[in-house]
Amino acid sequence: MSGLRDKQAGLLLDEPLIFDRSAPGRCGIDLADEPGAPADYLPAALLREPIEGFPEVSEPEVLRHFLRLSQWNFGTATTFYPLGSCTMKYNPLANEVVARLPGFAALHPLTPDELAQGALELCWELEAMLGEICGMDAVSLQPAAGAHGELTGMKMVRSYHRDRGDTRTTVLIPASAHGTNPASAALAGYQVQTIESNAVGLVEAETVRRVMTDQVAALMITNPNTLGLFEREIAQIAAAVHGQGGLVYFDGANLNALLGVAKPGKVGADVLHINLHKTFSTPHGGGGPGAGPIGVRAPLAPYLPGPRLARAADGLLRWSAVPERSIGRVRGFHGNVGMLVRAYAFITALGGDGLTLATRMAVLAANYIRVALTGPYDLAQPALCMHECVFTDKTLEAHGVKTLDVAKRLLDYGFYAPTIYFPLVVPGALMIEPTETESRETLDSFIAAMLAIAREAAQEPATLQNAPTLTPVGRLDEARAARRPVLRWSPAQGE
Amino acid sequence: MRFIPHSPADIEHMLAAVGVDSLDELFRDIPAALRATGSIDLPPGLSEQAVRGHLEALAARNPGAAMLSFLGAGAYPHFVPAIVDNILQRAEFYSAYTPYQPEVSQGTLQAIFEFQTLTAMLFGLEVGNASMYDGASATAEAVLMALRLHPKRPRVVLARTLPPEYRDTVRTYLDGAGDSELLEAPCDADGRVDAAWLAANVDARTAAVVVGYPNVFGIVEDLVAVHTAAAAHGALLVTATAEPLALALLRPPGECGAAIAVGEGQSFGVPLSYGGPGVGLFATRLQHVRSMPGRLVGEAHDEAGRRGYVLTLATREQHIRRERATSNICTNHGLIALATTVYLSLLGKHGLRRLAHLNLARAHRAAARLTAGGRWRLAFAGPFFNEFAVRGTDARGALARAQAAGVLAGVPLGRWYPEFDDVLLIAVTELHDDAAVARLVEVLAA
Repeated sequence: MSGLRDKQAGLLLDEPLIFDRSAPGRCGIDLADEPGAPADYLPAALLREPIEGFPEVSEPEVLRHFLRLSQWNFGTATTFYPLGSCTMKYNPLANEVVARLPGFAALHPLTPDELAQGALELCWELEAMLGEICGMDAVSLQPAAGAHGELTGMKMVRSYHRDRGDTRTTVLIPASAHGTNPASAALAGYQVQTIESNAVGLVEAETVRRVMTDQVAALMITNPNTLGLFEREIAQIAAAVHGQGGLVYFDGANLNALLGVAKPGKVGADVLHINLHKTFSTPHGGGGPGAGPIGVRAPLAPYLPGPRLARAADGLLRWSAVPERSIGRVRGFHGNVGMLVRAYAFITALGGDGLTLATRMAVLAANYIRVALTGPYDLAQPALCMHECVFTDKTLEAHGVKTLDVAKRLLDYGFYAPTIYFPLVVPGALMIEPTETESRETLDSFIAAMLAIAREAAQEPATLQNAPTLTPVGRLDEARAARRPVLRWSPAQGE
Repeated sequence: MRFIPHSPADIEHMLAAVGVDSLDELFRDIPAALRATGSIDLPPGLSEQAVRGHLEALAARNPGAAMLSFLGAGAYPHFVPAIVDNILQRAEFYSAYTPYQPEVSQGTLQAIFEFQTLTAMLFGLEVGNASMYDGASATAEAVLMALRLHPKRPRVVLARTLPPEYRDTVRTYLDGAGDSELLEAPCDADGRVDAAWLAANVDARTAAVVVGYPNVFGIVEDLVAVHTAAAAHGALLVTATAEPLALALLRPPGECGAAIAVGEGQSFGVPLSYGGPGVGLFATRLQHVRSMPGRLVGEAHDEAGRRGYVLTLATREQHIRRERATSNICTNHGLIALATTVYLSLLGKHGLRRLAHLNLARAHRAAARLTAGGRWRLAFAGPFFNEFAVRGTDARGALARAQAAGVLAGVPLGRWYPEFDDVLLIAVTELHDDAAVARLVEVLAA
């Protein structure tokens, strides 16, 4: 990547790898002088040479390098990000400030409990808030992400059954589920049995009854499901699972559709995870860190990961030892506390009423888009949707255009793409989730772009097939990248 | 509500477009009995000013954060240059998601590619991934990977000197993962894994031997010797590093024979945040890459020949392979990986080494001064980096007195090791100048 590029050279700054900015002897930090050498303290046989290839760059160059890289990214702060199932809502700046308060940011995880009561109080209250929002009896904040919460939950399911002398082997998962569900169930030692949805995209209680046996440990269900539809028979489904001694695992990925509307714990869920980086607006960070607290009904509480918070006789909050029946730890220390602080600030800012309003506006926005795009795009299920709507590639096929082409063309229009080719049960799926924080004007401009793209698909399909053209790079050859993987820079390569 | 832009007129317009009369009607497909349970009993929302005030009051109730502290044991206080957090506050980075659309995510992707390179170089291995959650869960994933690489070997040996929370996490992850069996290798008088025990117990059923590097006592294991004991029976060496700054000086695990090396990256520019988020580092040999968990970024080109970066080798992952994936991990700790990338770029080849030397020298001076009086002596004879263990009578009492005097003097090892109830673990970094060390010596003299 070098030299002037046609038309765009003034706007797009090619940025080499940091390793290619190196020059021998440069350094981006000054340190207190320390005489002597490492060999004065450690046996020479244990020591290495300076790391060959590590950057040698000054401070201003490091800043410029990463600032330029930042300019190559779309984020929710710059761009509408209708990425279905990811709930890319506004991340309040105020939360970034409070998470950086030294009282939280500089607190060591092994600080004696009596000197960390503010952090413990925050965790204690957040557990209670999430329990209230989800209708769950107990919550652990330890899991680091949604998938981590799933694994935690399925481990708990396993321990619960084992304590009852029950060696169940199987977990039921709808075909429309996120890939993490079967992966988490497998990691917890279960076989996965896929169940199908009916013609209108819903799991029927009858289907569950048919396959439900005393070998089924749990059903993992996402509600609303990945088609954006509320599973109406959830109560009957849960009854069918419970009737055979199974448990209902509720994937909370789509919780943004349920705030103040229905509580998972009151509609049959025994275990659920909550993605704080979705519903509760902690930043997605370009791929984490998130947080995946797990909530349970009372019978499963003894199995939550430990240590657990408890209020001692002196009124102070303290971490207990890992309880006897706990599945144990799923990570180091107490959880992604920096993210918990942000989620706590978000919930406090919205309050019960604000959370309820958020869901209503998110669902209204999704339906607004659904109605506006139906016709030019083929709606996967003709029904009111919850927080997201899903289209197929049916209207595109005739023009030789794929879902991928629509997604890439949207980038040229200045929007991030929807989630594509998911759920797997929808051919060429385009899954759109606007969230509550996008204005009507933004939704209208997105709709206008989608409609323009539908027209382009009919009139000039090549424009879509060659998109994007207004981005720093065009479509990248992913097949070749996977065939001959180059996964790092190497010193030899830089010379 | 300030985050929600819809005016009453917007709502009316949108309801009309959707063809429903009210917001409630949007939820008509939810059975009434379920809806009746929905309402949230939480206080009303607060202004930004009120939220800030509330959080500041809570933060003020964490006086431990402001005390002179020598706590380490898996989380280390280091100076963070201003650039690191400035980059993390770029909303283009923090408000993006996993780079599914590479054309508008090159910032994230290139930074991760750089992160993978730095991770691999640090560990002396060929390939690093896009990050894991933390050091403990990365260790657990490394053990699962070792079992995949050795499907006929059920045993994994964990050194007792591996950080306890790492061992606990491995135990949790392995429960239910086939018929695997965990053995614990004891430690010797030097505070290292017992070589004689390894020689006698590692066998053809052993998939991997896992040691801390440095270990939980701050001691540098003799990796070459551990590798020899493991390799004699074809077992893999896996290392876990809670203080990766040590690797600026120590022979890298890959050079000592490790097949998988993992660690916790918090030391590299990440605040303590009461233990999270940190970032899991994960590296291995190229030959094992398809068994590796987590996301990978690779180089690619567009039609015009321009270089870019994409997520690659995704056929290992849950969204493609579902229950047959190498891991269930989806989101990793991308933003923290970015922090460590900025930090390591800034310190670079020479700065990181000088900083490590500063830590090493200060820790050794502190140990010498603390043990000079005779009240304390080093608990282990093995070589150490920036953390050391001292033994003395009534260690916990001394710790309590230091705390009353305003100093968090260390972590009592008895917390995890009943046999070391009279031992304190003390971490010394560049944050601790001579005056700080003098204060430590003073408060622990009693």
